[in-house]
Amino acid sequence: MPSRFTSGCNAMLTKRIIPCLDVKRGRVVKGVRFLDHRDAGDPVEMASMYNEAGADELVFYDITASSDGRSIMLDVVSQVAEQVFIPLAVGGGLRSVEDMHTMLLAGADKVSINTAAVENPDLIRQGADRFGSQCIVLGLDAMRLPGTDPVRWEVRVRTGADGGHTTHLDAIEWAARAVELGAGEIVVNSMDADGTRAGYDIELLRRLSEVVTVPVVASGGAGNPEHMLHALQEGRADAGLAASIFHYGTYSIAEVKAYLSEHGVPIRPM
Amino acid sequence: MSGPNIAIINYGAGNLRSVAKALESLGANVHVTADPAEIAAADGLVLPGQGACDSAMVALEAQSLTESVKRAIVDEKPFFGVCLGLQLLFDYTEEGGGTECLGVIPGKVRKFPPGLKVPHMGWNTIELLQPDHPVFEDVPEGSHFYFVHSYYPDPESPESTAAVTDYGLRFCCAVAQGNVVATQFHPEKSGPVGLRLYANFLRMVRSMA
Repeated sequence: MPSRFTSGCNAMLTKRIIPCLDVKRGRVVKGVRFLDHRDAGDPVEMASMYNEAGADELVFYDITASSDGRSIMLDVVSQVAEQVFIPLAVGGGLRSVEDMHTMLLAGADKVSINTAAVENPDLIRQGADRFGSQCIVLGLDAMRLPGTDPVRWEVRVRTGADGGHTTHLDAIEWAARAVELGAGEIVVNSMDADGTRAGYDIELLRRLSEVVTVPVVASGGAGNPEHMLHALQEGRADAGLAASIFHYGTYSIAEVKAYLSEHGVPIRPM
Repeated sequence: MSGPNIAIINYGAGNLRSVAKALESLGANVHVTADPAEIAAADGLVLPGQGACDSAMVALEAQSLTESVKRAIVDEKPFFGVCLGLQLLFDYTEEGGGTECLGVIPGKVRKFPPGLKVPHMGWNTIELLQPDHPVFEDVPEGSHFYFVHSYYPDPESPESTAAVTDYGLRFCCAVAQGNVVATQFHPEKSGPVGLRLYANFLRMVRSMA
């Protein structure tokens, strides 16, 4: 019995709301434009709280990514996986297929790579071959190039420590290449908008969504539920990621979801 | 009272840990194993999986696990397949240029057609076609479950479909046939309603032990 088409769109698949937890020395921190990190809480407690609050997924970034930081991070992921039964993505400093494997064994469902993928694009292919594309997330830190018209974005790397370094790679072209190599999702973080709470870079999201065939997660700039709505509708993102508005209780996940639902976005109810 | 003994078949792939943790949180004694004797001794089996079907078949065969799995199913041991563990039960998958699978459930696993974002990743609703099946007890119609896959099951016989999901394409997202239950979605990643499905499976195991 062949299955039948019911419509051309992703009928009932809901848009995901994802709190992002930046972890430094075992604590969740939040910065502005990747700098000036403030303490926001214990990662395991926060993961558990967000799970109960209706988060659709959790993203952890190890923003120190030193070897000490790595073992602390493994411990955090493993503890979270013991008690939180929703998808977990982990990124920050993963440099090899073995690094990815270690994180997946600790309980991560997906691994996110950025700098290592730029330096060695074949790492995407190796990871996808071994664990499947659905495990491999491209973390894309993009910055607007001043004076470009139409606007272009550049990929930045090593963004954990400071504002990051230039790569001279075009963000849209790089994303398309990463998908060809096997990336199963792209988390696109606007470095111009990160931590400003002034809204996502909608133009960047829309351009990316037009080009790639895998889910796109909007990151960087969420200040209110309306920003999230713009990212999901005009920006055509599949998921909205945010940190500070959730960590500091500006808005709850329930409030964001209620707002999106009122505006016709399919979401998973609590 | 000690919980039922559940063997999670370890063929070296997939996210075994989260399935194990979910079942343990519900009181099961979980053994992650590739040992045929341990598999034969378990009260119930779980075949998890993630990644590529073709390499999973190679891994199962390399560890001589295909016979253990087929025998357990013939012996009517309660069996739960998850994601790739569902796809492996079919005759054939289009993945990897075409791969023969275990042939427990007649039908094929197909690639999503062009025009849909692939992988189908995220929370989607399910429509129950066998709402009275014990594995769906207290699972409300239209519940959301977490999916992540690029290929979908297409069973030959409509009777084996236990639930369907709409992703532009309406496809079989759960099968139930005799002692076998399998889901394309991940109960261990689907919050409370996912754990409910596993709790129901453990109850099925206890009633048959």
